[in-house]
Amino acid sequence: MLWNVTTTEYLTSGHMACPGCGASLSLRHALKVLGGQTIVVLPACCMSIIAGAFPSSAFSVPLLHVPFATAAACASGVRRSLLAQGKKGVSVMVWAGDGGTFDIGLQALSGAAERHEDFIYVCYDNEAYMNTGIQRSSATPQGAWTTTTPAGKELQYEKKDVIAIVKAHAPAYLATANIAYPDDFMAKFERARDLSGFRFLHLLSACPPGWKIDSSEALHISRLAVETGIFPLLEQDEEKNLRLTYVPQSWLPVAAYFQAQGRFKGLAEEDIDFLQQETERKIAAYG
Amino acid sequence: MQAELKHGARESREMMLGSDAIAHGVRLCRPAVISAYPITPQTHIIETLSEMVDTGELQSQFIKVESEMSAIAACLGAVSAGSRSFTATSSHGLAMMHEILHWFSGARMPLVMVNANRALGAPWNIWCDQSDSMSQRDVGWLQLYCETAQEALDSIILAYWLSEQIMLPVMVMIDGFILSHTMEQLLLPSQREVDAFLPPYRPAIFLDPENPKTFCAAAAADNFYQLKKAIAATMETAETLLAEGYALFAGRFGRSYGHVEPYCCDDAEVVFCCAGALSGTVRVAVDQLRQEGHRIGLVKLRLFRPFPGAALIRLLAGTKRLVVLNRSVSFGAAGTIAQELRAAFYREDCRPQIHDVIISLGGKEVFPATIREIALRAAELSPTESIWIG
Repeated sequence: MLWNVTTTEYLTSGHMACPGCGASLSLRHALKVLGGQTIVVLPACCMSIIAGAFPSSAFSVPLLHVPFATAAACASGVRRSLLAQGKKGVSVMVWAGDGGTFDIGLQALSGAAERHEDFIYVCYDNEAYMNTGIQRSSATPQGAWTTTTPAGKELQYEKKDVIAIVKAHAPAYLATANIAYPDDFMAKFERARDLSGFRFLHLLSACPPGWKIDSSEALHISRLAVETGIFPLLEQDEEKNLRLTYVPQSWLPVAAYFQAQGRFKGLAEEDIDFLQQETERKIAAYG
Repeated sequence: MQAELKHGARESREMMLGSDAIAHGVRLCRPAVISAYPITPQTHIIETLSEMVDTGELQSQFIKVESEMSAIAACLGAVSAGSRSFTATSSHGLAMMHEILHWFSGARMPLVMVNANRALGAPWNIWCDQSDSMSQRDVGWLQLYCETAQEALDSIILAYWLSEQIMLPVMVMIDGFILSHTMEQLLLPSQREVDAFLPPYRPAIFLDPENPKTFCAAAAADNFYQLKKAIAATMETAETLLAEGYALFAGRFGRSYGHVEPYCCDDAEVVFCCAGALSGTVRVAVDQLRQEGHRIGLVKLRLFRPFPGAALIRLLAGTKRLVVLNRSVSFGAAGTIAQELRAAFYREDCRPQIHDVIISLGGKEVFPATIREIALRAAELSPTESIWIG
């Protein structure tokens, strides 16, 4: 399927992202689906800088920068404000990193999800605190090097299952996506746009400096994450169960994903074997 | 329509709990969004408001958030999108909001928040103490302290009137339990009267897809400096504007207020200064002492931020002794109000001896007899050290 993509840019050129940044590419396409009648709420994250400093802005939709822990609460306020004024047809979207979602913002996220607040919460997950220079977050995968997991020799902690956490709140919509699969990505944003209630999208978002890859490799590696089952493309069905929206003809070994990135240089062979089994177990659970 | 009938088109005399009086003050200002989290002794305020929303007496979106940080953050979102909003808190709740308090003033978003003054732990203590709000003095919010429930109700209306003109948030303080949980007879303005005083909130810019703007973007030093300087400049004008508000309010509602309110000060040798409900206790003591022939007065501090230094200097320049009763302390320095007064009088040639009294932290009760004792022994009080009484 070829998506009919608008030529209108809501994230304009001249923004401050690194080359190959998965977050800015994702946001650009997400806004193309949501359209101009969108208000974005942005907690502290890479995008706070990418968006541009006063008096410039790379956003041509209304944008509210907010403190780190408060994105979901601020978005709740924006939506209720629109409701109070009787304004309809406007999408409200939080665009938060993994820190603002998995960690410091989790309480507000849970509160808004539990209240079934009517907005789209997007987590672009680059798997570490990249804005401050690659420190571990609870979204950092086991065995990945960061500046606060310097050795990369210990597997450390498992990546927090934020999808399971959000799922427990019975959201109106829940999906994972990855801009390396643009049709799937944009179809999911379209579904999220057309629903109401609390909607959550978890995006794997490549970060060339943080993942220690070449900028030109960002999409290729994002694709590998899906093909190996490291980051399966999921969507909540009508019964609110998660199902895979994409199944490759055969899953690639996770080693292909790990070996392509400098951040996993410390992984021993037995670690990779262990992570292979873990990945297979998780994929099987999605049936 | 129903609300209008229930509360009448004209001012009414009512007996009500302080918290309920505040809820009615908020109702009359018609906030489109209320977002709050309960904390003792603020809880009754938001309970009453949620009932008003439930019955339709107040048309408002009520967001029952999961923390105080989210309460104020939801207000930030709501105001940014163009709606008048309200929240209330106390103590630890206010402390939890601290980060967003800075953000609110920096974003130039108007809001009115009521804080029921309460001590902060450790140890746990739910009783009245002004350390919570006094320690938020540097966040760019205006601060008003109230002696009575009537004053609190009126101050909320005035606070919205001011906040939306100067685009800075306002905190209205009541002493926890002392005002929130006691009954008072008061005059309840009618909706029609308040509507005539307080225009609807119509911001020049808000989150509007038809006119997209970016709010609160990163700013480099030059712009950051200018924006913060603008807040300071606005604070300078707030006193004058609020004084105009008092005059307008007095014209319409018949009740007049000031930034500082003197009581028996003209010939006083010893003047007490304090903020909040403690003023009521001091008034009783002053009356007794005056009957006994002692020249004692009181200056009630209503406005704490911006600090009305010039007004206090005008009022107190000839006073011999100023005894500041602080319900808060800055450890390692002095009582918070005393520090402010000392700073205000620093450049004055003619200034009173300022005595710093720390009193009634954590709800420790103050009786008129205590005030009387302090007044009679004022000359013996140390001029340099903080005096802890109680």
